[in-house]
Amino acid sequence: MTAIQPRLELLTYDLIARILDEAFQLMQKPGIKVQSVEAGDLLVKAGATAEGDVVRIPEKIIRKALDTVPAEFHLYDRDGNPKVHYGGNSVHFDPGSSGVHVLDPETLEHKTSYAPDLVRLVKVAEMLPQYDAQSTAIVCNEVPKAIGDLYRLYIVLLFSKKPIVTGSFSLQTLDIMFDMLAIFSGSRKALSDKPQAVFDVCPSPPLIWSDFGAGNLIDLARARIPAELISMPLAGAAAPVTLLGSVVQHAAESLSGIAIHQLANPGAPIVWGGAPAIFDMRHGTTPMGAIETAMIDAAYAQVGKSLNLPTHAYLGASDAKIVDAQAGLESGVSALVGALAGINMISGAGMLDFLACQSPEKLVVDAEGIAMAQRLLAGIEVRTETLATALFEGINFKGDFLKQRITRELFSKEQYLPSGVIDRESIRGWQASGSLDTFARAKIRTDELLAAYKRPDYAPEQVHELQKMVENLAHKTGMDTLPSLE
Amino acid sequence: MNEELFQKMAQSVLDGDSDAAIALAKQAIEAGIDPLEAITQGYVNGVNQVGQSFASGEAFLPELVMAGEAMKAAVSTLEPEMQKRGVKRTMLGKVVLATVEGDIHEIGKSLVGTMLSASGFQVYDLGVDVPASKIIAKVQEVDADIVGLSALLTTTMVKQREVIIELDKLGLRRKVKVMVGGAPVTRDWVQKIEADGTSEDAIGAVGVAKSLVGAA
Repeated sequence: MTAIQPRLELLTYDLIARILDEAFQLMQKPGIKVQSVEAGDLLVKAGATAEGDVVRIPEKIIRKALDTVPAEFHLYDRDGNPKVHYGGNSVHFDPGSSGVHVLDPETLEHKTSYAPDLVRLVKVAEMLPQYDAQSTAIVCNEVPKAIGDLYRLYIVLLFSKKPIVTGSFSLQTLDIMFDMLAIFSGSRKALSDKPQAVFDVCPSPPLIWSDFGAGNLIDLARARIPAELISMPLAGAAAPVTLLGSVVQHAAESLSGIAIHQLANPGAPIVWGGAPAIFDMRHGTTPMGAIETAMIDAAYAQVGKSLNLPTHAYLGASDAKIVDAQAGLESGVSALVGALAGINMISGAGMLDFLACQSPEKLVVDAEGIAMAQRLLAGIEVRTETLATALFEGINFKGDFLKQRITRELFSKEQYLPSGVIDRESIRGWQASGSLDTFARAKIRTDELLAAYKRPDYAPEQVHELQKMVENLAHKTGMDTLPSLE
Repeated sequence: MNEELFQKMAQSVLDGDSDAAIALAKQAIEAGIDPLEAITQGYVNGVNQVGQSFASGEAFLPELVMAGEAMKAAVSTLEPEMQKRGVKRTMLGKVVLATVEGDIHEIGKSLVGTMLSASGFQVYDLGVDVPASKIIAKVQEVDADIVGLSALLTTTMVKQREVIIELDKLGLRRKVKVMVGGAPVTRDWVQKIEADGTSEDAIGAVGVAKSLVGAA
């Protein structure tokens, strides 16, 4: 019997209608600043009016675009198996991306991130079943910026078979990244038939599509590789202070993006995603672990679902600087909000310090919170013919349920069995194991996962082709050799 | 030939499948296999493997208990044949087990009983809320090697000490080893009441019991 999937909905039907109505109004007045000539032309040809780079987009263009957007699609692993379902109320998690630091587990310093740090993160994420996708989680600072984006993808491809949430830093490299992925798909056509990656594309708040962002949308649409909109209203700074005001801005930025995208190639897949935050009025920071940040996410996801769109959000991250109690509670609470909101892809795990710092050890801790969220989503199922009465046969007022065959059969379905990161020992057992805190246990588990990790079993010629491609590109940027990965 | 049967016996215990364990025991009797060999070379290996898996975190309590139950079922099926042949299983020792007076917590104590008996101890489980006098009477009656006292409450834990003092008075303390267990029991407490051993879980208890009877 199927269980009820618990759902969190923060908006009434009427409120969703008002949000969309005001988003449509914003797209007319003040309009959207579209800094890409090509995107502006597409919109004007479809009936929008332009004044300089400000484009007023009528509702009918948006409605038409919404008619052609696919309601769902899959991401595939390197072996061609569907692993991520974008659509409906499917919920997946991936590590947060584009960190510039990693947390040194010994010194607790936030160190500049390099290629070996990314390798370590990818390996750990590969070993944890809670992560259905990888992300290009950090910037490799020893690599020239010109190839920084594709170099991250190169590492993820070398060390993982999971689908990838990524993005490009320039229009030139986007095309190369398609080619890199196509090595494992067989061809560009096969890649768009069974995409292995989704590419994040960001509008600039408020209400701006940069030349780069809009160009990305167009290229992704034409290549028919999934795009993921990352609208980032910053409530109280680069967006209205109210949560609803920010949700309206998110809708206007995202809807205008969908219009550009669908005009370039109707029917190409695109995700209603984002990375909004409230603006901290004491420190001027952008707290990703704030409950209001999670509320904006849940609300815009609900708007996206009302339009029958696949969804994404940035949750499960923390603003703490080390893997401490704040990191645990912010990451756990916000991951749970995202899961209950039925968001298809939730990015952010592993992240500290306003998405600046990644940590494999935190990835390991977050996996436990995610597993709990996933267990909650699975809901309460009816697994036995009678709920209890038959199980009481022969019990005779004794606590003998442990001896029942059904206990052995069902306990691991009813209960999520956590890893050693979660402490459920008696006080004596805990003391005997060294009186370790969560972070210390996470360090041990990280080492275990790294020791058990095995590289993907690719055909040698695929790896060779990928390496040659990246080496050639690296040469052009003045690098003699690729950086060490260990 | 027998090897294969022994392996199946071990597997039936690993699977916690009492029905299979019983069927295999009957098969062994029909085939004229020594019931003692069936136990020591077959079923016991299953118990040991489950114990190891549990200790390393791969198996869980339901697997452990079901394995113990399968072992018990197999042994009682083989029992008549052993009597017929006039052979007796060499037991590692006799253990009197009880949850102390005023305490009705059963699960931990029963787990220890299941694992001790699966591992080759003769276990006399007196149940819960058992007064010291009754425990001592049983110790004398069966000439026990070990007495195991469970308590889950700090308020009832003191009864463990009471039993030890009574044993001492009767001059039995030298003869019988005392194991104590339960959530509030600490190493300090064990020392304070001069008990002989304690363990964090049922698998650990088997090890402690074995070392107390010099079988480890």
